[in-house]
Amino acid sequence: MLMNLFKFKGGVKPPTNKTQSVTLPIAQAPLPSRLVVPLHQSIGGVPQPVVQAGDKVLKGQLIGEADGWISAAVHAPTSGTVLEVAMHVQPHPSGLDAMCVVIEPDGKDEWIERQPFDYANAAPEAVREYLQQSGVVGLGGAVFPTHGKLTPSKTVPMEELVINGAECEPFITCDDLLMRERAEEVVRGIGIFRDLLQPKKVLIGIEDNKPEAAAAMRAAVDALGESFSVVPVPTLYPAGGAKQLIRVLTGKEVPASKRSTDLGVQCFNVATAYTAWRAIAHGEPVVSRLVTLSGNVHAPRNYEVLIGTPMGELLQLAQPHPDTDGIVMGGPMMGFLVPDANVPVVKATNCLIAHSDRIFPPKAPEMPCIRCGSCAQACPHELQPFEMYWFSRAKNFGKTQEYHIFDCIECGCCSFVCPSRIPLVQYFRFAKSEIWAREREKKAADTAKERFEFKQLREEREKAEKAEKLAKAAAAQAAKKAAEAAAAAAAENTDPAAATPPVAETAPSTDATPAVAVDAAQEAKKAAIAAAMARAKAQREAAQPKNTEVLSSAAQHDVADIEARRAAAHLTDPEPGTPPAPASEKAE
Amino acid sequence: MMFAPAPYLLKDVSVSQVMTQVCIALVPGIAAYAWLVGPAILAQIVIASLAALLAEALMLRIQGKPLAMFLSDGSAVVTAWLIALAFPPLAPWWLVVTGTVFAIVVAKQLYGGLGQNPFNPAMIAFAVCIVAFPALMSQWPSVGLQLSLVDQMNVILGFMPRVDALSGATPLDAMKTALKLGEGSVDVAHLLANQDIYGNFAGRGWEWVAVGYLLGGLWMLQRKLITWHVPTAFIGALVAISGALWLYNPAQFASPLFHLFSGAAMLGAFFIATDPVSGCTTPRGKLIFGAGCGLLAYIIRVFGGYPDGVAFAVLLLNLCAPVIDLLTQPPIFGMKDKA
Ligand code: SF4
Ligand code: SF4
Repeated sequence: MLMNLFKFKGGVKPPTNKTQSVTLPIAQAPLPSRLVVPLHQSIGGVPQPVVQAGDKVLKGQLIGEADGWISAAVHAPTSGTVLEVAMHVQPHPSGLDAMCVVIEPDGKDEWIERQPFDYANAAPEAVREYLQQSGVVGLGGAVFPTHGKLTPSKTVPMEELVINGAECEPFITCDDLLMRERAEEVVRGIGIFRDLLQPKKVLIGIEDNKPEAAAAMRAAVDALGESFSVVPVPTLYPAGGAKQLIRVLTGKEVPASKRSTDLGVQCFNVATAYTAWRAIAHGEPVVSRLVTLSGNVHAPRNYEVLIGTPMGELLQLAQPHPDTDGIVMGGPMMGFLVPDANVPVVKATNCLIAHSDRIFPPKAPEMPCIRCGSCAQACPHELQPFEMYWFSRAKNFGKTQEYHIFDCIECGCCSFVCPSRIPLVQYFRFAKSEIWAREREKKAADTAKERFEFKQLREEREKAEKAEKLAKAAAAQAAKKAAEAAAAAAAENTDPAAATPPVAETAPSTDATPAVAVDAAQEAKKAAIAAAMARAKAQREAAQPKNTEVLSSAAQHDVADIEARRAAAHLTDPEPGTPPAPASEKAE
Repeated sequence: MMFAPAPYLLKDVSVSQVMTQVCIALVPGIAAYAWLVGPAILAQIVIASLAALLAEALMLRIQGKPLAMFLSDGSAVVTAWLIALAFPPLAPWWLVVTGTVFAIVVAKQLYGGLGQNPFNPAMIAFAVCIVAFPALMSQWPSVGLQLSLVDQMNVILGFMPRVDALSGATPLDAMKTALKLGEGSVDVAHLLANQDIYGNFAGRGWEWVAVGYLLGGLWMLQRKLITWHVPTAFIGALVAISGALWLYNPAQFASPLFHLFSGAAMLGAFFIATDPVSGCTTPRGKLIFGAGCGLLAYIIRVFGGYPDGVAFAVLLLNLCAPVIDLLTQPPIFGMKDKA
């Protein structure tokens, strides 16, 4: 099928380094001596441990329960004994520890009782929950819980389901091998996603440097009688970024501020589809994944690896060269050096690259930016990296946001091409984390401020109410006085008109009463005006702080100056506390 | 354990590679220059390069910056070459040195060094020297002047009096003066046909130097060292304004071809206005920048008081570059308004 492909701007062509690890089929990695299974392996809530030290577990047994809707369950990768539930160092650039379940394998690798899920008769809701319980998460590296992405938008019709088999990062070949060897199961998994999302089209994007994978997938699609399109996409990093692949296949650009479902697209990795199928059809939760071992090694290859396997131990299978000085998890463009060789393989681990200066020469010293613009030309999100760099460096984070730093996907294209060897992505990460930190601080401060403002507002209101009450009382008193006076006058005159209400305007024009009556009426009027002014003032004051409070000190100074001049010129109300303005200045 | 950040793979590029390639791109123009105008230009290039490197080294030393790393970036050499090419080829050596030192010390290092200069250093050198030494800066040898290399060197080094033959003007300047003095009685075609300094379509000899720059520029385009925006806009604007006036009155205004291949037009379009540090960086900004340079260069050339306008045009546009960049930010991925 011929398809019109779209292009995304930017992108780079690093040497792919893929051929080394595709010569041999996928192998099963042996059981390691110990498995350290982190509970937090997906975006969202941290699963709660449901086992404790000393428990015997079977392969596939639940060990961590999903915490909330955005979270996914975690299972024992093999049968054995729980040694401890404790903090261990994580495969994360921060090098921080996290709660892990440590299992000593018994060597039997004995499964729990596995039952296929009755998918045909299940409600979509039940399927999603089942996938959550099976720990199915995005295996492309982002580890977003899959069930969370399987709810179609209520307002936007689902147009395209994009399946990501692009695998654009150099060195990584696990998806390639998965598609070559297990295409049928991948396609069946895609069928599940299709059923849940009901898209008009299903597009499977595979970079055109993987013709075998594309052929295998096409054959599987045909064999299963599906109408999915297998589309070779040009080899260009980062064609496998979800947003880039969506762009290439559908022409739609998903900005940072939107979800792809808002545009009627959803995207899943091929490995995710595979694990979804294993879970549904075989009752197997996600306890292993394919990992590429490559880089500075003698025998690069893809392995099926149990989650929790220590990376150092695993890498030995590929026989690293003696000058290996670290392990990069992920690809060379977006991966990171793991903080410790003992960190475990997790669901996000698609590739381990033995690091050495030979394959990744140390970076030349950083030079100043010459504004050559190469970074902007390479950026797939069409950002201006050198501007963001400049403002990150100057710690002018507001400006970095004006240049859309949060649209940066940290793909590394800009760093890759920079002739000045500036680690741009590092600056962006720094800026983002600073902005987040400040955002958090600001939120805390805002809450405090809100509370304070509310208290002030309440006090103002109470004051105003009090003033009103006083004014009312004064008015009532004045009216009473007037009435009394009128009554007195009436009694004196024994006029029948005394029965009429003592309204000031209609007060009889006798000799004795007018002065008193007019006085009383005026008193009442004054009191009403005073009350109204008090109300207006309270309102004004309550409304004022909003736009003057956030001013810089210089601006505040200016405002104070202006106010002083205005006061001097009698353009403004006198200071609070002075008597109300003359009656000519209408309050209402 | 190290925490070096991704990406681990880097493209094999460096600032010095970029600068070296710019120098290579200048070679065809320089070759034509040396062949047609005299090999003294090579001596000037050497003098300017030495002066630039020394000045740069001194400034780096004073600021305590790593000497080797910055000296080898090649940016000072590019500046020096551009200065040598922009100055009269037989200018006294101290003039070239003065210009170069000023460019490196004031226009570059005092602003913070590599990548920080708001103005093109080579053009600052040209502007400063033409203001300070107008007579020396306007002495361009005519191509017919048959001086041996030794004589040329003697002129540069001041061992030989600056013979009268040297006080010629550039073809651009000669044309302007003749047209002004002639007050309508002299026409362009006549000038071109009868004056020795003109060749087929512009200054004799110079036109081929300009062709050399054009070739180098095209090579840089092909190597993606520069983008098409600045040169295209520069040349487009220069052709548009000169073409319009030429069509209006061909007797008083020279043809676009003459303007394109005279003075520093080609050098400016491909090598000077494309300087990324002091120029614009957004695609639309580059178009505006290039077009502004082309237009201003023409206006100064034809109506202004200086023989060539490229330097002042570039400097003026350097001044506007930050604002132009700010106003021409391209929309980012996913934010293009299709409505
Ligand atoms: S690629 Fe590097 S030197 Fe060039 S503009 Fe970007 S940050 Fe500056
Ligand atoms: S890392 Fe960010 S700024 Fe750099 S190229 Fe990728 S998206 Fe653009």
